[in-house]
Amino acid sequence: MKKVLALMLICVMLLCCACGGEKVSVEDLELTGTYTKDLAGTTLNVFNWGEYISDGSEGSLDVNALFEELTGIKVNYTTYDSNEAMYGKMAGGAVAYDVIIPSDYMIARMIGEDMLQPIDISKIDNYGNIDPAYHGQYFDPEDQYSVPYTVGMVGLIYNTELVEEAPTSWSAMWDERYADDILTFNNPRDAFAIAQFLIGVSLNTTDLTEWDAAAAKLKEQAPLLQGRVMDEVFNKMEGGNAALAPYYAGDFLTMYDVNEDLAFVYPAEGTNIFVDSMCIPANAQNYEAALMYINFMLEKEIATAVAEYICYASPNLAVRNNPDYSLADSEVLYPAAEDMPHTEYFHDLDPAVRSYYEKLWEEILREFAQ
Amino acid sequence: MKQRRSYAQVLINAPYLLWAAIFILVPLFIVAYYAFTDASGAFTMANIKELANYKQTFWISIKYALIATAITFVIAYPFAYFMSKKSAAKQQMMMLLVMLPMWMNLLIRTYSWMNILERNGIINNLLGMMGLGPWKMIGTAGAVILGMVYNYLPYMILPIYTIMSKIDNSLLEAADDLGAHSFAKLRHIIWPLSLPGVISGIAMVFVPSISTFYISQKLGGGKIMLIGDTIERQIQTAYNYNLGAAISLVLMVFVLISMAVMNRFADDDGEGGGMIV
Amino acid sequence: MNKFFDRFLTAAVYVFLYAPLLVMVFFSFNEGRSTSVFTGFSLRWYAELFSSSDTITALKNTLVLALLSATIATVLGTMAAVGIDGMRNKWLNSAVMTTTNIPMMNPDIVTGVSLMLLFVFVGRLMGLATSLSFITLLIAHVTFNLPYVILNVMPKLRQVDRRLPEAAMDLGCTPRQAFFKVVLPSIRSGVLAAFLMAFTLSLDDFVISYYTNGSGFQTLPLMIFSMTKKTVKPDMYALSSVIFITILLLLILVNVLQARSERDAKGAK
Repeated sequence: MKKVLALMLICVMLLCCACGGEKVSVEDLELTGTYTKDLAGTTLNVFNWGEYISDGSEGSLDVNALFEELTGIKVNYTTYDSNEAMYGKMAGGAVAYDVIIPSDYMIARMIGEDMLQPIDISKIDNYGNIDPAYHGQYFDPEDQYSVPYTVGMVGLIYNTELVEEAPTSWSAMWDERYADDILTFNNPRDAFAIAQFLIGVSLNTTDLTEWDAAAAKLKEQAPLLQGRVMDEVFNKMEGGNAALAPYYAGDFLTMYDVNEDLAFVYPAEGTNIFVDSMCIPANAQNYEAALMYINFMLEKEIATAVAEYICYASPNLAVRNNPDYSLADSEVLYPAAEDMPHTEYFHDLDPAVRSYYEKLWEEILREFAQ
Repeated sequence: MKQRRSYAQVLINAPYLLWAAIFILVPLFIVAYYAFTDASGAFTMANIKELANYKQTFWISIKYALIATAITFVIAYPFAYFMSKKSAAKQQMMMLLVMLPMWMNLLIRTYSWMNILERNGIINNLLGMMGLGPWKMIGTAGAVILGMVYNYLPYMILPIYTIMSKIDNSLLEAADDLGAHSFAKLRHIIWPLSLPGVISGIAMVFVPSISTFYISQKLGGGKIMLIGDTIERQIQTAYNYNLGAAISLVLMVFVLISMAVMNRFADDDGEGGGMIV
Repeated sequence: MNKFFDRFLTAAVYVFLYAPLLVMVFFSFNEGRSTSVFTGFSLRWYAELFSSSDTITALKNTLVLALLSATIATVLGTMAAVGIDGMRNKWLNSAVMTTTNIPMMNPDIVTGVSLMLLFVFVGRLMGLATSLSFITLLIAHVTFNLPYVILNVMPKLRQVDRRLPEAAMDLGCTPRQAFFKVVLPSIRSGVLAAFLMAFTLSLDDFVISYYTNGSGFQTLPLMIFSMTKKTVKPDMYALSSVIFITILLLLILVNVLQARSERDAKGAK
């Protein structure tokens, strides 16, 4: 056993030495913000979604390494897979992070629970890069707590080989011709949203009868579903295993790279939009470094690298205007004003409403469990 | 003599008992506390009452866990027996080879199974070449049980094998000399001697597989509801620690009872009493 | 007949166990970003392997945690098994064994969250700003490994003739000597299996790790599972394939060497 492990480590080390091409250094960047080395030697704890930063793979910029080189601050970078998982860990005060990147409704909840602290915008020179369209969002009307990082919308992905005509409405997901070929989200909020658009009620309704109506709609759909999925949607759609699935615009681009039979539409009834923003938790240990990090993330080249890597739309105008940004003309990410669908954000709902729809969701899952 | 023994006894038990009290019992009380309170911390039986809705889910989870345990046992028992008859070097190699797949990431293993079982997956492609299929595999109970068997098989093989490797060969030879045939040898010598390993194996497969999650979600296409998935959803997504705690508390009581029954059954020789529970 | 069944079953079990790993190795050579559609052969994901420093750190963290927690759990668990086995009080024996099995009975998320709540509570009592750290992660791993260690060692202990250690003590051994010279050698294979299982479980855990680790320590499973916001790229498949093939080759090498020395030993007789 010992021998086995020792030899294994040697092999790994050899591999490490074998690669490692030329790296971009900080000197190669045109930085517009001001950075100091005053905090060199301190640690910055960043908690972000997985695969949500340009990390040096596939020839991209290693953003965290560049920040470390620039400021001498050590970036402790860890990841989570959902807003709820992040919240579950932060809520008890078990850990202290300096920068986190929650979505809109979660930001609202965290502000409400005093889990975030105001960001001193005056120290973020690059704040002007943020598209004014993303200023003063409902969850942070005075832009005190959050700096937008990525934005995106849900759309309907379909396989042109497997559908008879191009869908334009969410009702395609209720079409009996596609029975056993339809996928939907495996979480209540996103799955309900589609039904809510279809029956024309708000995603954030507090009228419980409207939730009942949406649940009834979902029950109609349940027998037609091939499955409820999250990230498996990539494999299923890429492999042509299903005809229809709702998912995020940026992720469609990733799938399309693999399977050109796929197409994307923003259904006429409207769709859910999200913003993931950088925030500083109330119990952050290194506030000044967090400001510097947020400023750095807004730099033109850094934000472009991130936008290219994640493939989601960027709320950063420096990115949109950057001639090197390959996705600037993507109609999927940035629909022209006349093609822009009607959109609605998720709000943080009252706990009573939340537990009501969770109950309805459980009912649906139970009733149609095999 | 007696005194020296009990002194050693205390010494060897103390660290573990302390550990178990702090890191097993205290969290258990936390679970129980949540199960009997509501979001505001007031006492309630509502969570327990809510469980009536989950009868079907409990039943399916138990059924799948039983089937998976039975299948792993049927595969593992003869496999472990044959393994124990090989040369020492081969045995060690085989044992490591049984564990090695489990060192790879669960997500990647499960995704690979999805690739194998998908509608346009590897099996259906092979079937297609022979002019058969496609079969629907992903999203069926069979796929979920297959996932359980795959992930828990090594935990059945190992304890049975370690016991069998020590069964005295001279016993078997003596039986041969007395003219016992294979089945008699199995029934009267190998089986009773290997029983402790079998019980450990069943415990290590049945108990975790009843609370399986993730595997069931992915291979079941999000359409098969197991109790483990439900608990995970309540705690993680719905942020309802109370209902999640209540479900797992009841699950625990059920598992305890079934283990006690199994041990009573296994211990009918009267010796040792309550190996597992 | 028996021989045929032996070969058939052994082959079938290994095919079953290794089929998904072959799929994994196959897709690690994919040219595209997909792990389900093969678009062409390429070594690009192997070249990508260590371009991100986070991956290497995560791999190192995972191994350190697994080795450390498996070692502690094996020592503690073996001691516990000996202790429990020696208990004369039937009721106490049952109570301890029941407690032992609790971490195994609970879904991972319940174990993880309840331990987190415990650590947070203790942390508050001690006035700490943050309560989770590497230590809490290690404690959690040892805790969920313990029942598996005890369940592996226990049946072996029952095989040991109780009269042996007693005889050793009658002949003047201290209880400690009796354990190390008489009991331990006869339960060695169980202890080894226990270590192996604990190592395996710890290596692949992500739910309990997620809720009990501090802010700076990322393991490979945590990293891979958090990628599900987007998708897991074939670079993780390449990494796993490298680990898998390396261990496999080493196992075969060690086995060949061992078989040779066994043969030599026989020849020398």
